[in-house]
Amino acid sequence: MTTLFTILFDGVAYGMLLFVLACGLAVTLGLMNFVNLAHGAFAMTGGYICAVLVNNQGWPFFSALPLAFVVSALIGVALERTLYRHLYTRSHLDQVLFTIGLTFMSVAAVDYIMGSSRIFIKLPAALEGQFDFFGVGIGRYRLMIIVICGLLTVALQLILAKTRFGSRLRAAVDDPRAASGLGINVPQVFAFTFAFGCGLAGLGGALSAEILGLDPYFPLKFMIYFLIVVTVGGSSSITGPFLASLLLGIGDVAGKYYVPKMGPFVIYTIMIVILIWRPNGLFGRAAAR
Amino acid sequence: MSIRSQMLLAAGSVAAMLALAPAYAQETVKIGLILPMTGGQASTGKQIDNAVKLYMQQNGDIVAGKKIEVILKDDAAVPDNTKRLAQELIVNEKVNFIAGFGVTPAALAAAPLATQAKIPEIVMAAGTSIITERSPYIVRTSFTLAQSCTIIGDWAAKNGIKKVATLTSDYAPGNDALNFFKQNFTAGGGEIVEEVKVPLQNPDFSPFLQRMKDSKPDAVFVFVPAGQGGSFMKQYAERGLDKAGIKVIGPGDVMDDDLLNGMGDAALGTVTAHLYSAAHPSAANKEFVAAYKKAFGQRPGFMAVGGYDGIRLIYEALKKTGGKTDGDALIAAMKGAKWESPRGPIMIDPETRDIVQNIYIRKVEKVDGELYNVEFATFEAVKDSGKTKK
Repeated sequence: MTTLFTILFDGVAYGMLLFVLACGLAVTLGLMNFVNLAHGAFAMTGGYICAVLVNNQGWPFFSALPLAFVVSALIGVALERTLYRHLYTRSHLDQVLFTIGLTFMSVAAVDYIMGSSRIFIKLPAALEGQFDFFGVGIGRYRLMIIVICGLLTVALQLILAKTRFGSRLRAAVDDPRAASGLGINVPQVFAFTFAFGCGLAGLGGALSAEILGLDPYFPLKFMIYFLIVVTVGGSSSITGPFLASLLLGIGDVAGKYYVPKMGPFVIYTIMIVILIWRPNGLFGRAAAR
Repeated sequence: MSIRSQMLLAAGSVAAMLALAPAYAQETVKIGLILPMTGGQASTGKQIDNAVKLYMQQNGDIVAGKKIEVILKDDAAVPDNTKRLAQELIVNEKVNFIAGFGVTPAALAAAPLATQAKIPEIVMAAGTSIITERSPYIVRTSFTLAQSCTIIGDWAAKNGIKKVATLTSDYAPGNDALNFFKQNFTAGGGEIVEEVKVPLQNPDFSPFLQRMKDSKPDAVFVFVPAGQGGSFMKQYAERGLDKAGIKVIGPGDVMDDDLLNGMGDAALGTVTAHLYSAAHPSAANKEFVAAYKKAFGQRPGFMAVGGYDGIRLIYEALKKTGGKTDGDALIAAMKGAKWESPRGPIMIDPETRDIVQNIYIRKVEKVDGELYNVEFATFEAVKDSGKTKK
């Protein structure tokens, strides 16, 4: 019985991690209707920034995390202003080609600068190991992931639903022309949203180095997971991808534990079943465009 | 000086140059080095390339009156690329050797070309037993998985390890490792209590490790591709398997010198069987490690040693043939070649053209603040049992 809880706990932690990594993609894809396959590259950037700061510069892990967010967001906004902006009105195929090219460039660049071997971030001792909670093994690091990601999710949901910025963003997405007619600075709203998504990816990348491993091929290896989260969750809200991430995380961990021979296929099976049942994802609505 | 005398002088110097020309127009021997320099296996390629450069720096690039020229090509460990590049090298560049080969499929893809062109194929990394059987022109200077896995199986059975759970990556080398280990370990009286194959692209080991922990073995036998070893060890410690008294054993690939320091103290105490450790206590190795560190700023791993001995094998063979580059003569010269490598004494088996070498049992320990595989037992002159069994 206690094993069941340990599995559940690991699954939730893994799902939360997937969510932070993928929710930026849900935002750009769902809200801004832009296919950004280079999303993983921002995650990798965040991971490497955190690794360099902690391992080489001796920063404490917890101060490097926010910086991973900020730098990834800054790179995101720079690229948005110079490159992405021109592709908003182009077809999805153009966007895919452009962003996949960007992904390959980032892989090659990181390989050149940092080397191809997998790197780890030195963690504070307080985050290592497991402790026992009524017989259930709780990994400290995974607990921290759940806490950070849980808070982020609540904050995101509040920002989108309750704040002025959230309503501006939703207005800008629904009808950019009417929104700018009402005095909303649409490009600025988009740039900010995009940067925020990239920052979240960067934070996710820094958090995931310990569990998923960090190497220059990160953006390619995990692209499929991000896309699964967004397709299964539907891309019209934050709740959809969040529940999808949890479902996939728990499904993946439990599948690998209970049926190790079939383990890797479990999440794909879940995805196929859900998409047959609801082709637009769990919380999807018919395409608005 | 008159124009006439200037012309004479010019003519004279041209004549002098022509007379000297034969000394310059020394024949070159070309080696086509095909390695994964990009992609997931790039660290293998870089180590071998470094080692080859280092050997040529130390020993000069003239052997038996011929100049050695290495042409490096990147196949990114994709067998189709390997085949294309090998063909280009053989047909266009007219190379006398093809060498390198980071992964088994790459080595196999080039095998028919070596046979057809009758030129030696020196395998410096790939480790599946069958490779040398695919062409009479293949010679290996790296290792086979059978060598280290049978030895660790024997060792575990004899050293109080009764129950083992295995965790191997689900691809050809992983299955090889598992089968050779299982064969020798169960023959020695051991029992496999849990057998898990993890997907090659595996992001998270935690569910598998939980399963290992719940099956309560004495040790976990692990084989995952280079690079994933670090993730494995970290999660192994995170999950408290070390505190539950479960040891880690395996072939030494997992504890590659290249990656060992990044794994942290979680790796301490891991026992592996392998052909090379940067901590191997011999004069030849100390010299090699020092030279490699000086040139490239990092520790050499077993892949580097495979490359170092591979280029040395080419040098030795050319010395024996007196610079003749006939494929059959070179292969004949390589058979039975032996010398003291940084890893210890090695020999090319005259029958199988595979490497015969010592396999060491090592334990990860801290030496001068860095993690090293410290050797504590030696199995001498181990042949590839993957073939001899047939």
